[in-house]
Amino acid sequence: MAQIRRTSSGHHRLAALAGTAALLLAAACGGETGEEPSGGGGGGGGEELPLIYGVFATPLEEPWDGAIHSALQSAVEDGQIEYKHIDNVSTSDAMERTLRDIATNEQPDAIMGDAFAAEEAVRKAAAEFPDIPFAFGSGEKPVDPNMSVFDNWLQDPAYLAGMLCGGLTKSNIIGVVGAMPIPEVNRIVNAFVLGVKETNPDATVKVSFINTFFDPAAAKQAAQAQISAGADVLFAERDGVISAAEEANLPVVGMMVDQKEEAPKNVVTSLLWNVRPTVDAVTEQATGKPASEDLGTYSFMKEGGSDIAPINTDIVGGVPDDLVRQVEDKKQEILDGSFTTPVDESAPKGSIDVSQQ
Amino acid sequence: MSINVLALLSAMLTIATPLVWAGIGELIVEKTGVLNLGIEGTMYLGAFIGFLVALRSGSPWLGLIAAIGGGVVAGLLMGLLTVTLGLNQHVSGLGVTLLLIAACEFAFRLLYTGARPTLEDKFQVLLPDVPVLDQHWLTYVAFLVLAPAAWWVLRATGMGYRLQAVGENFEAADVAGISVTATRYVALMVGGALMAIGGAFLTLAVLGNFTLDIINGRGWVCIALVIFAKWRVWPVVLGALIFAGTDALQLQLAITKTFSDIPRELMLALPYLAVIAALAVWGRKVHYPASYLQAYRRG
Repeated sequence: MAQIRRTSSGHHRLAALAGTAALLLAAACGGETGEEPSGGGGGGGGEELPLIYGVFATPLEEPWDGAIHSALQSAVEDGQIEYKHIDNVSTSDAMERTLRDIATNEQPDAIMGDAFAAEEAVRKAAAEFPDIPFAFGSGEKPVDPNMSVFDNWLQDPAYLAGMLCGGLTKSNIIGVVGAMPIPEVNRIVNAFVLGVKETNPDATVKVSFINTFFDPAAAKQAAQAQISAGADVLFAERDGVISAAEEANLPVVGMMVDQKEEAPKNVVTSLLWNVRPTVDAVTEQATGKPASEDLGTYSFMKEGGSDIAPINTDIVGGVPDDLVRQVEDKKQEILDGSFTTPVDESAPKGSIDVSQQ
Repeated sequence: MSINVLALLSAMLTIATPLVWAGIGELIVEKTGVLNLGIEGTMYLGAFIGFLVALRSGSPWLGLIAAIGGGVVAGLLMGLLTVTLGLNQHVSGLGVTLLLIAACEFAFRLLYTGARPTLEDKFQVLLPDVPVLDQHWLTYVAFLVLAPAAWWVLRATGMGYRLQAVGENFEAADVAGISVTATRYVALMVGGALMAIGGAFLTLAVLGNFTLDIINGRGWVCIALVIFAKWRVWPVVLGALIFAGTDALQLQLAITKTFSDIPRELMLALPYLAVIAALAVWGRKVHYPASYLQAYRRG
């Protein structure tokens, strides 16, 4: 048998490598920081703009945090705020440390981010710095005096997209591929199903989850399984589904940003989340005084916080005028308050007869 | 309850393809006694570089060549750490994976902040209208060329014997005039190239775009497959097919009425449970390559 020969220098090397690996790990966890100088300096009246610090648990490429980031950037472009950010703060302890560090050393006028992976840590840091408004994406309640929460309440556009899909399907089978059965995803899927029911009470909605936020190859496979089960319209809550729809030449609904460019003949619309009204509310706190509000309603369609992208009637098979009108009428009802999309956060089943909803 | 068997087989072959490429790559490396935990990062690098070059050049072929080049470099890096410097293989492999993933994500951020670039021209499926055979050419090559070739090389050629000699008894191999260093480097470079092709398959053939976390643990599945296969080529292929077939099956079952009430988590875990079950049944009395995890030093 061969035996291991370790020289003493081997041990040193090992230690050195372990050190290097630890550094790499730290670098990988630490994420990127960025600074966006305000573009509004030109017309300024000499007044200092509030500094909002973005602290994100995922990389900015994740659509959820990406939406918050772009809203903050648009506020910078409008000369409303100054903005700095850090992303990929992926663990609870890193989140707590980072928040404490930023609150102490950067003295921002408000901190914004997502707390889903670190609810406790964010609340702890918020309690330590009661003079700084904290506004975080969260599934829990606001806490006095300075911890506000928001969320992507996309049930309104999901309902409208469901109506579109219900009207477009010929097989009466619609496929949905989502990340995982968590409340933020469930309420979108459930509202979508109710929308389908309004235009097509005979339809069945097939719901697949991939159990992760990023795995477009798995999402594509899930979509293809739905197509093989007869689905002829898809809702891409996750990346990867549009590719399946394009190959099978089927209509598909995109998510978070208008994804029409990715498949102009297939993407009929997309659910849009506009965090700007939420950012404006946070800016108000930053210039005024901290509060503990539930900012969730700023993501509702009525408040301009969510929408569907313009309906693309150039898709394969087209979109009947009647259907477009029906969806636009419903949107009007949502905007004027005569229709409120029900919110249901229970986990959807894999195969749903919409008539039984 | 309706299962579409043809779609199931087709999905199985597609899901198994990156596992076969990377799994055989890992097998070749491990045959020489080096555990390459850089596999996850190497697949990531292949997916990213392949995508990047294909996007810039407009050619998925150039992307694939670049991915292979990237895989070779990743293998060289792993060789530098574990063969030349003789460092701990676990630490080196995990370090390489962390480094490569972080570097790719950093580069992606620098190049495409906020954008969602998509390839104009990606590999298309051959025979799109024929059930089951509607696969990418990389799938055909994986099953019909790579696996038989790897089996033959390991079983019947001098190169194959040298790999095994180094893996089983590197001192004897050294005495017999086989360079342990060169053999391990070659295996790492070839293995790295195959892993990178497995990753590039996702961006250049399946998706036509790149997202963070695109490999999502497929490399770790390959590590398990190689142990399950007891370092033999065909069982790696079989293991990949079991994993992929179970995955394809649960995707179909989860959206049927009958299985609608079964917890999602259980359905999603099925492929992993299948591999663990297979390991429990066939994976006993594993004979590791005798020089596994060991660095070679003369004298």
